[in-house]
Amino acid sequence: MSQRPRILPILTMEGRKLVKTVRFADPKYIGDPINALKIFNDKMVDEIIVLDISASREQRKPNFEYLHEMASECFSPLGYGGGIQTLDDAKRVFACGVEKVILNTVVNDKPELISEIANIYGSQSVVVSIDVKKTLLHGERAYVRSGTKRIAASIVDWAKSLEDRGAGELMVHRIDRDGTFSGLDRVLTSNIAHAVNIPVIAAGGAASVHDMLSTIVECGASAAAAGSIFVYRGGNTQSILISYPTPADILP
Amino acid sequence: MIAIVDYGLGNPESVKNMLRKAGADACITADHDQIAAADKIILPGVGAFGIGMENLRNAQLDQLLKLRTEAGVKLLGICLGAQLLTEFSEENKCDGLGLIAAETLKFNALPAPLKVPHMGWSEIEVLQTHPLFEGTSQNQRYYFVHSYFMRCKHPENILCLANYGEPFAAGIAKGNVAGVQFHPEKSHVFGLALMKNFIAW
Repeated sequence: MSQRPRILPILTMEGRKLVKTVRFADPKYIGDPINALKIFNDKMVDEIIVLDISASREQRKPNFEYLHEMASECFSPLGYGGGIQTLDDAKRVFACGVEKVILNTVVNDKPELISEIANIYGSQSVVVSIDVKKTLLHGERAYVRSGTKRIAASIVDWAKSLEDRGAGELMVHRIDRDGTFSGLDRVLTSNIAHAVNIPVIAAGGAASVHDMLSTIVECGASAAAAGSIFVYRGGNTQSILISYPTPADILP
Repeated sequence: MIAIVDYGLGNPESVKNMLRKAGADACITADHDQIAAADKIILPGVGAFGIGMENLRNAQLDQLLKLRTEAGVKLLGICLGAQLLTEFSEENKCDGLGLIAAETLKFNALPAPLKVPHMGWSEIEVLQTHPLFEGTSQNQRYYFVHSYFMRCKHPENILCLANYGEPFAAGIAKGNVAGVQFHPEKSHVFGLALMKNFIAW
């Protein structure tokens, strides 16, 4: 038997604005995050990922008050990433009604935070985002700090070390495909999913729901996440439309 | 008033939120008087079994929950909160509240590509008529996140089954005590229906 695949929308925010990026840059204003969240809930979304992409860049904490407001409209599992630097930050995020924290920048500076959170809230509540792009000199590498700081280790070694540290789930996020509709990175997803024993979420560049489902099934991922295809109408970035597949569309 | 037991773990805020949507007043509390006065009790929980029991014991909530359920108050355990109702868990090799004759075991030797934790949506099969599943649809699905599962010693305590590599008890019940492995508070209309049923139970 196989597990029912999870299809996750990613809502990227800058403060209280819902935005959509291309290759983690050029944020374009989409609308109100809470409104989008409500629509996804009405469509019975599997799970939602909310990323505040300006928090780490501006070196500020998550906006707990707003997160609480968002969580109170969310009746599906909710993961949040952006600006979580300490165990106390994570505690406050959970207290807002969020199920999972998504870590990136902090795991390079303070990898022990992963196990500190996992020991209290369980490893299933700690997702680490492995943000990947191709570089001229180093091939494909994982990055932190919104794709600006390179991790020296190979991506697979990095993934394994995160699992050893106690991460419960890994989101493989392809920076250089973000917002391009060019398709999820199946090779990378497969390499990581087969190297670790924890669930892997494929993200970055999803072309369609079909692309997401086939990546899950063919690459050993547990879930796939996407932003653009769920906020733009038919791949047209001039036309904003929140959409999500029906349950029948995502049956395995 | 429904008391959501606050023992420092999990997502009581999400449970309160769903109860509000279902039309019930709830408070998140560790206060003995408040819990003793509650019409119904929810034991939520996300996290490790050992810490969960330790926190309950340190606050003497374990004794209080036993007393209140013996007095007939309806109690619903959710996820770790359901596992804590069992007698023992392989996680941290720790005794539980023992309100239902069951134990909590680790998922082992799952066939590929299944991974631990079991994380995601699964349909359940309801095995018996129970107020919690009154009027719910046949293909209801719920959100699960767990690395351990419950096994009942007596089949009559199994409320419903889900399947992850093999069938396991997704819900257990004995008299006025019930536990569900999944998260009704995060399961859209299906969870809302179950919460409404709990309120009416």
